[in-house]
Amino acid sequence: MTIKGKAYIAGIYEHPTRKADGISLAQIHADVARGALADAGLSRDDVDGYFCAGDAPGLGPMSMVEYLGLKPRHVDSTETGGSSYVIHAAHAAEAIAAGKCKVALVTLAGKPRSGGAPPGGGRKPVDSPDFAFEAPFKPTVLNLYAICARRHMHEFGTTAEQLAWVKVAASQHAQHNPHAMLRDVVTVEQVVSSPIVADPLHRLDCCVISDGGGALVIVAPEIAATLKRPKVRIIGAGEAMKNVNGGLVDITYSGAVWSGPAAFAEAGVKPADIKYVSIYDSFTITVLMTLEDLGFCEKGKGGRFVADGNLISGVGKLPFNTDGGGLCNNHPGNRGGMTKVIEAVRQLRGEAHPAVQVKNCDLALAHGTGGFLGTRHGSATLIMERA
Amino acid sequence: MADKKTGTPVADIALQPYWDAAARGKLLIKHCQACGRNHYYPRPLCPHCFSDKTEWLETSGEGTIYSWSVERRASPPYSIAYVTLPEGVSLLTSIVDCDFDNLSVGQKVTLAFEQRDGQPTPVFRPV
Ligand SMILES: [Zn+2]
Repeated sequence: MTIKGKAYIAGIYEHPTRKADGISLAQIHADVARGALADAGLSRDDVDGYFCAGDAPGLGPMSMVEYLGLKPRHVDSTETGGSSYVIHAAHAAEAIAAGKCKVALVTLAGKPRSGGAPPGGGRKPVDSPDFAFEAPFKPTVLNLYAICARRHMHEFGTTAEQLAWVKVAASQHAQHNPHAMLRDVVTVEQVVSSPIVADPLHRLDCCVISDGGGALVIVAPEIAATLKRPKVRIIGAGEAMKNVNGGLVDITYSGAVWSGPAAFAEAGVKPADIKYVSIYDSFTITVLMTLEDLGFCEKGKGGRFVADGNLISGVGKLPFNTDGGGLCNNHPGNRGGMTKVIEAVRQLRGEAHPAVQVKNCDLALAHGTGGFLGTRHGSATLIMERA
Repeated sequence: MADKKTGTPVADIALQPYWDAAARGKLLIKHCQACGRNHYYPRPLCPHCFSDKTEWLETSGEGTIYSWSVERRASPPYSIAYVTLPEGVSLLTSIVDCDFDNLSVGQKVTLAFEQRDGQPTPVFRPV
């Protein structure tokens, strides 16, 4: 069985807030659910499948189904950090293809800025089998991505200036997004002269920290046929877990080397066919490595590929993250997978900002990277087409 | 395993030889008799072939830096690194007693132990 053509993304919603003082996590989940259902032209009572990840408060889907007043016959709380929502979109398509639901709702909410539950929900890292062997060295999100950038520079000659081009491209796009946290266009010089936060990454190599959330509504073809919005069809997906492999460590590549080919094979398309990409951009290095691993350029040539504006819409060959991405716009709950799918759908609908809309955008890819690039992470690739 | 409240290690019979050796300044990894490969962090079952025929292997204490970073905003700043051992595995660790500005990939380092979070922890210092 394949999910190709079996499900459509009918509704999307990105919460406009970037700082959610005085609003509960549960309410953000509800607000984005309402937004995405309204966008689709569906109602709460149409929902028969519900998907949430570790950001969902309380008992996850049990608490959220209660709070939202849902009556799902299919639930999925797959938790792979920020890549969860890309996986949820694929799993929703699988459930729809199998007849387990017809209208799937996926929600995300997070409040890392104004204080809320930490990323990862209630999971206690001390339970993790690696804990005693890694925690004493104080690994952080920052240093576990920086350590990948260092090795990439060593093996392939990647430079800080090349990494900076990823941020420059995101900032060029964010200037057109009124909701973006960082709307100022930055230059390569500004990125590489910003303070080093974890060698070799600078402050401007990092994504924003934002409150907020987002939601998707994914439906069966017969439901999509009754709706008025432009139709976006899911045609391929892949998911993979990458880790340190019992100490046989190679941090120069990500799980995209597995999730990407699986998604392209299912969709029956090649990287060269893709008109727009949403690439998980927790850090500039995340984008550079992911583009290589997905096959948009040769391994090790990512630095040259992203340089000189190649990721800028209207300028380069592969427009990416036209909402400004996590690097400049929004990274709600430290989980960027949701907004990756949302901007890809906007592009396929022709509803991105006119300044960044890709012409004839009929094929797009969204990729999520959850967890830690330098130790263990989830990778999820989703390919969608305009129907 | 670690205590849920304090984060300190709790009894795990399978790992006791590792901690006993660490207390004596020795770093043990696991060797698999079935597939011949080594692994780290140590497990009773080999992650490469899933055999339970695993045994402890004492490492030489030598290593080379595979990659490194320094958390500059911490007070004081600290390093984190992967060090590759001649025994074939790389482990997450810290490089200590060094000038962070002089660290480099491929640099030779040697094993030391520090008491961290109430446990003897393998770190490395430049040769
Ligand atoms: Zn084995």
